[in-house]
Amino acid sequence: MLSDGDRPLETRWSSGVIPYKQMGYWQPDYVPKDSDVLCAFRITPQAGVEPEEAAAAVAGESSTATWTVVWTDRLTSYEDYQAKAYRVEAVPGSDNQFIAYIAYALDLFEEGSIANLTSSIIGNVFGFKALRALRLEDMRIPTQYVKTFQGPPHGIVMEREYLNKFGRPLLGATVKPKLGLSARNYGRVVYEALRGGLDFCKDDENTNSQPFMRWRDRYLFCMEAVAKAGAESGEVKGHYLNVTAASMEEMYERAEFARELGSVVVMMDLTVGFTAMQSMARWARRHGVLLHLHRAGHSTYTRQKNHGVSFRVLAKWCRLIGVDHLHAGTVVGKLEGDPAMVSGYYDILRRDTIRQDPARGIYFDQEWASMPGTMPVASGGIHAGQMHLLLHHLGEDVILQFGGGTFGNPLGVAAGATANRVAVEAMIKARNEGRDVLLEGPGILELAARHCRPLARALDTWRDVSFNYESTDTPDLTPTLTL
Amino acid sequence: MHITQGTFSFLPELSDDEICLQLEYCLRHGWSILVEHTDDPHPRNVYWQMWGAPMFDLPGASPALAEVASCRIAHPQHYVRVSAYDRSKGRQTTALSFIVNRPTSEPEFAIERQEHADRQIRYSLTVHPTDDAPGRP
Repeated sequence: MLSDGDRPLETRWSSGVIPYKQMGYWQPDYVPKDSDVLCAFRITPQAGVEPEEAAAAVAGESSTATWTVVWTDRLTSYEDYQAKAYRVEAVPGSDNQFIAYIAYALDLFEEGSIANLTSSIIGNVFGFKALRALRLEDMRIPTQYVKTFQGPPHGIVMEREYLNKFGRPLLGATVKPKLGLSARNYGRVVYEALRGGLDFCKDDENTNSQPFMRWRDRYLFCMEAVAKAGAESGEVKGHYLNVTAASMEEMYERAEFARELGSVVVMMDLTVGFTAMQSMARWARRHGVLLHLHRAGHSTYTRQKNHGVSFRVLAKWCRLIGVDHLHAGTVVGKLEGDPAMVSGYYDILRRDTIRQDPARGIYFDQEWASMPGTMPVASGGIHAGQMHLLLHHLGEDVILQFGGGTFGNPLGVAAGATANRVAVEAMIKARNEGRDVLLEGPGILELAARHCRPLARALDTWRDVSFNYESTDTPDLTPTLTL
Repeated sequence: MHITQGTFSFLPELSDDEICLQLEYCLRHGWSILVEHTDDPHPRNVYWQMWGAPMFDLPGASPALAEVASCRIAHPQHYVRVSAYDRSKGRQTTALSFIVNRPTSEPEFAIERQEHADRQIRYSLTVHPTDDAPGRP
């Protein structure tokens, strides 16, 4: 019997400890079903632990197994519920890392629950002693499971139709300084940035409700700023009001107030947890309010290549949870992000079908079954002078957030916003005209700056600013076998 | 004021040649072209008057450019916009939309503030046409 490995039945069920492989968690002949959840784990076994046994241990501990044989397994259809490690591949160029592929039956997971999915897959195994390190690289979520999730409250298409903004990246800025401004001064900054030409302003992740600025006061002044800037431009403007709070009750209270004031968007932080995020996603769908997610804290487990959870997996969870915006890297800015990897994250958030692509760290095909896309947000150390690079790497369905790149313009906040807007429109226009923006980008910007002094000043100020550090999380760059 | 709806409102007004290049970009993607006009640029005025039906399967940009020209002649003091529509699955939405005509004197928006309890303010936006706009209907 396959699921019992090569060990005779009588010893498979003998009391005591036997290898996970022999308990049925290693099945090299297993053919994954279309409905299985598939995971690719990067495993680093302890010295002396063979990779197949390590893979089987991960499969076991993330599904039905415990450390010893239990007779109560025999009361279940355990062949179905046991996760199956079905392939292990050595990582090229590494002597102790392997990619283990594990299949999980759909019945192991509660419908529409990221908390349940993550408790199963990453709940227990990451501290497992037999492994030195473990990383969840990718997860294929079967269509059957995708369809049990709400997904983004609105999605990219609905957001654009609602905002009446088409054919170009949206522009935003996180108010700086993010801490210390009074509510009235904070609103002033929002007003200046929006009237200058940005579509959105944003609270930062830790802009919640501190002694110098309580959330309610901030909301009131920000909405004055949004309304005024809307009247001066004839455009729909927004400010992501951060509703992150200590309890769900407080988050709802803040979100309700934002809604009453007529805000088109609210935001929350990843730190609130998966269940709170799913609750807010339902709230946002019910009330027609766009939902922005700041990925606060993610680098604690996404950055290191040998341990944790890849951001591409987190991106999939966030699209399922249902957020309209998610920060996903800039390529050229100050924060971690290998170009190939970031392009993979963007595809995962925006496309309906994603194909396996080892060069971008994508281990599985993924079908979203028409679930609306999440708008990726590029934020952190970007400026107008990089507009051609941003458009080339990130495309058009993206929110470009220039914080320092707006507030740091020597001519002022509104001028900084105008510089960014002129730069993005000029670049889109040139691209549509058939110009090679990657090659001609700097020239296109210089030309646009001739009729826009703020852009000229932005280009002068940040001309040589770039953040050329080596990325930590890079693809292995070797094709793996097709499923 | 200068209303900044549309993809290129922060750039100098597009010449006909530049509009033509944008139309050709849209046609290369297989998008249909729609010309619309309005005298009410309120950001929540979604449905501008259609200048004829959307143009499908255009062989080149000239017919669309001709529609832009005739719409401008008929409504010189209206906003005229060109929108491209992408009917592909997963999009089925506007792909590009830009203003190609403005009244000589653009209207102003006024904010009406209704004060409520607990310092709440309800905002509403109204369009105030300027009196000197000639040719208003």
